[in-house]
Amino acid sequence: MKPRDLLPLLLLLGALALTPLFASNLLLNFLVSALIIALGAQGWNLLGGYGGQLSFGHAALFGTGAYATAILQVKFGLNAWLAFACGIALAALAGWIIGYLSFRARLRGSYFALVTLAFAEVLRILANAADFTGGAAGLLIKLQPGLANFQFASRAGYLWAVLACILVVGLMTLWIDRGRFGAQLVAVRENEDAARALGVDVLATKLRAITLSGAITGAAGCLYAQNFLYLDASIAYGTWISVELLIAAIVGGLGTVLGPVIGALALHGLGEVTKGLLGWLTGIDLVLFGIILIAAVAFVPSGLVGALRRLRMRGAAR
Amino acid sequence: MTSPRLTLTRRAALRAGAMLPVLAAPRLLRAQPAAVKIGILQPLTGALAQDGDLGRLGATLAAEAINAAGGLKELGGARVELVVADARSNPEAAAQEVEKLQAEGVVAIVGGFASPICLAASQAAARYDLPYIVDVGVSDQITTRGLRNTFRFAPGFGTVTNTALANLVRLNTAGGRAAKTVVLVHEDGLFGSGLAKLMQTELPKLGFEVLETIAHPTPARDMSNVALRIRALNPDLVIPSSYYGEFVLLARTLRQQRIRPKGIYAVLNGAASNYRFVKEFPEAAEGVMDCNHWHDPRKEEAVALKKKVEADGRLWAYNVPLNYSCVKLVADAIENAGAADRGKVTEALAASNFRGHIMPYGPTKFINGQNQGAAPVNTQVQGGDIKVIFPESFADAKPIFPLQG
Amino acid sequence: MYSPAIVAEAMVNGLMTGAAYALVALGLTLVYGVLHIVNFAHGALLTCAMFAVLGMEQGLGIGPYAAILPLGVLFFLLGYALQRYVIGPSSHGEDRNTLLVTLGISIVLENALLAAFRSDTRTLGGDMGFDVVELGPMLLSRPRLVGCAVALVVAALLWLLLARSDTGRAIRAVAKERFGAQVVGIDPRHIFAVTFGIGCACLAVAACLLLPTFYVNPRVGNAFVLVAFTIVVLGGMGSVVGALVGGLVIGVVESLGGLLLGESLGQLGIFLIFILVLLLRPTGLFGARA
Repeated sequence: MKPRDLLPLLLLLGALALTPLFASNLLLNFLVSALIIALGAQGWNLLGGYGGQLSFGHAALFGTGAYATAILQVKFGLNAWLAFACGIALAALAGWIIGYLSFRARLRGSYFALVTLAFAEVLRILANAADFTGGAAGLLIKLQPGLANFQFASRAGYLWAVLACILVVGLMTLWIDRGRFGAQLVAVRENEDAARALGVDVLATKLRAITLSGAITGAAGCLYAQNFLYLDASIAYGTWISVELLIAAIVGGLGTVLGPVIGALALHGLGEVTKGLLGWLTGIDLVLFGIILIAAVAFVPSGLVGALRRLRMRGAAR
Repeated sequence: MTSPRLTLTRRAALRAGAMLPVLAAPRLLRAQPAAVKIGILQPLTGALAQDGDLGRLGATLAAEAINAAGGLKELGGARVELVVADARSNPEAAAQEVEKLQAEGVVAIVGGFASPICLAASQAAARYDLPYIVDVGVSDQITTRGLRNTFRFAPGFGTVTNTALANLVRLNTAGGRAAKTVVLVHEDGLFGSGLAKLMQTELPKLGFEVLETIAHPTPARDMSNVALRIRALNPDLVIPSSYYGEFVLLARTLRQQRIRPKGIYAVLNGAASNYRFVKEFPEAAEGVMDCNHWHDPRKEEAVALKKKVEADGRLWAYNVPLNYSCVKLVADAIENAGAADRGKVTEALAASNFRGHIMPYGPTKFINGQNQGAAPVNTQVQGGDIKVIFPESFADAKPIFPLQG
Repeated sequence: MYSPAIVAEAMVNGLMTGAAYALVALGLTLVYGVLHIVNFAHGALLTCAMFAVLGMEQGLGIGPYAAILPLGVLFFLLGYALQRYVIGPSSHGEDRNTLLVTLGISIVLENALLAAFRSDTRTLGGDMGFDVVELGPMLLSRPRLVGCAVALVVAALLWLLLARSDTGRAIRAVAKERFGAQVVGIDPRHIFAVTFGIGCACLAVAACLLLPTFYVNPRVGNAFVLVAFTIVVLGGMGSVVGALVGGLVIGVVESLGGLLLGESLGQLGIFLIFILVLLLRPTGLFGARA
């Protein structure tokens, strides 16, 4: 890994880390929400962008992370940091199980997408009916600001926590991108049979990807729980989260290190802008948002990172 | 996308309520004291938009009434300015909107409608010691968390079920103890499940036999099976707790399958005391009883407001008088505090003794954030209109029970 | 636990609900089988169609059954235009882009409906939903029986169209081998749009049949989408017969699951079937081998 590769990531995250010096709580809050989605989208991107396995059900992983953190704290009195670690581990396990079942059955493309969607829905229905998840009443984590409880009195604390996670994942993604595992993943994405012929263990590669992806998206779920301190089944396992993660990653640029972060910030930012412009006409702001989304896909099909790269190359060629 | 949260989480204060009056205000008003901002948080888009819209209507009418009557007198006639925010029918967006309202400098927030939204939003507001007045959210968790900033004007689950049960017993006694067996039908979210759980433990103590508890999802595509089970069990009484669409579906299916229990006794139902339902399906609605929030028909202001809303071609539902009253309650607290200062307003709310609302509650008195006088009302659909049958002190009709099958 | 009469009636109910599901799924399976895209806009388009039925009745006084033909044609044109001029060109032949575009369309449609009609839940006027046919001890809803019959007819017509007509042959050719079809002079863009149009026409018919016993609000279509996907997978992607049989099977499973486990947990049955079919026989009951 050359220092040059690190530069964009460090610059972007560094700039974001400095925002609490001048930004209002409103902006910080916006950043925290957008960046939690960015972190989850990083997880999605590892599997979907690098591995080519488009999942519609990452809510299964996000929700498992979130619920695990909350339940361990609320019902078992576990320390929040330990609960965070357990949440990540359990989400990784959930990822492995879903991966094992579906990859062994050789599900690809739309079939894989749909089976993940179904897993997320099953978990949502179960979480809504079971007692230990708080059922339909959901779970409230007690508001106790303090580093030991992984709760911060100021928004900046949450921002830095999310940024730290994104940095770790970003570095890991870069390392994968440049390494052997990344090459295997891309080979699987481009042509599974050819990859197999070259001696890549396709199943193991995909399983590693979905497990890692589960851990990352699960971490986003944990942070969501710590930030909002309230969970119910349709928040944690709802289709909306799967959809948000995948649009952020695709809009940002599939299979790029910075794509998910830029995509999540851009989408949330766009949402704010359309709402600021037209929010008083209930619904119309979302219509505009949808139109811009379609236009973005039509005119910037390779994602924002791809577009930025092309702009830079054009600049350099001049 | 069955989830009510496909709406991409985006949030921002809707400024309609705020901008229009400001633009329209003549320059003269500049000399007046600065307007006092109150945040109105409602689910204006997404699954709960229907209720959010009604809540906003009530709040807007209250602000108009206060300003027309000369604004906040203790503050030199300062106008009340509403800052409307869209909770997008999900708790995350609601918490986010609270941040925005905080940045706008509101002195208190009113609204929420659904319990999860109220839970998340009041907690977010607690970070800034920003007073939060829950309009509807009935979950008892809302007022048992020990948040100092959170006040609920309306009754919670516990109170509503107790009243509902007490009135049910009176009804049944008067009706010659016609009802012995009960089937509970509830939506499987926080509101329906919580209510059903309470009913399940309480009803047997009062001599009713609960034959079965049927949960259904929201949205439900079909109610035929629920109807089928009700027919098989043949209960004397059906107690449904569902949102609007599902209850209408159930009532229509029951009617279609010619299932006529001796009574349909709804609790906090989304449709049973809704004029649209009564108007569109008079036959299915006839005789349906509900224990729910309802305005006080003795108060002239309430009756006048209802007329005004209906004259505007809008629907009258409990959200309107509740939000109307909550905004007036906040205005009263600001007057008592003598300043638009959060800490003082919180104290004033906690000590509040407000009579100017249009609900049948008596003067407000908050203990741990819960208005002690808050109580639901029993209504029954009779002859295509919604009549109050309990409490007797202001009932405008006698209950018809048991229904002639 | 329940008498056989009740179970039998639940099964009949399930079949009738299943027929409605099948219609929604028919459009989806066709689009899926030919364009190989997951159409996120399917639910929003169904909602649009339901509002159109409501508008026809309240604005023009045309009842839901009389509206089948005009709305079917209208939605065919709408679907054709949508695919030809929006989805096709903007997705550049990439699945992931199609996904985003259809998602964008669903956001636009759903919120445009919200802005236009508010979020109120509406129903058709009149008490058409109360018409029943007595069949022994059972009281069967007449509109749902009609729906069931029309669904069968539509499925049969669609099957005939695909199997016998030139357009049908072209559609099948494009579904199997896009470039091969191009070589023999078929314009895949036109065929894609026709397919999408047929899918939308199916939705319009489904809306006409659903509304007499159901309600409509700007989000109502979403309730049907996941079920429709399950049916598509169960029946085999692209298979008309599969969608019909799958719809009926899922209707019965849901109905019996609801009766035995409760309406909420009964939903689990659907998703478990979905997962099992995908894991064990991803081509579905009637799908061709991949």
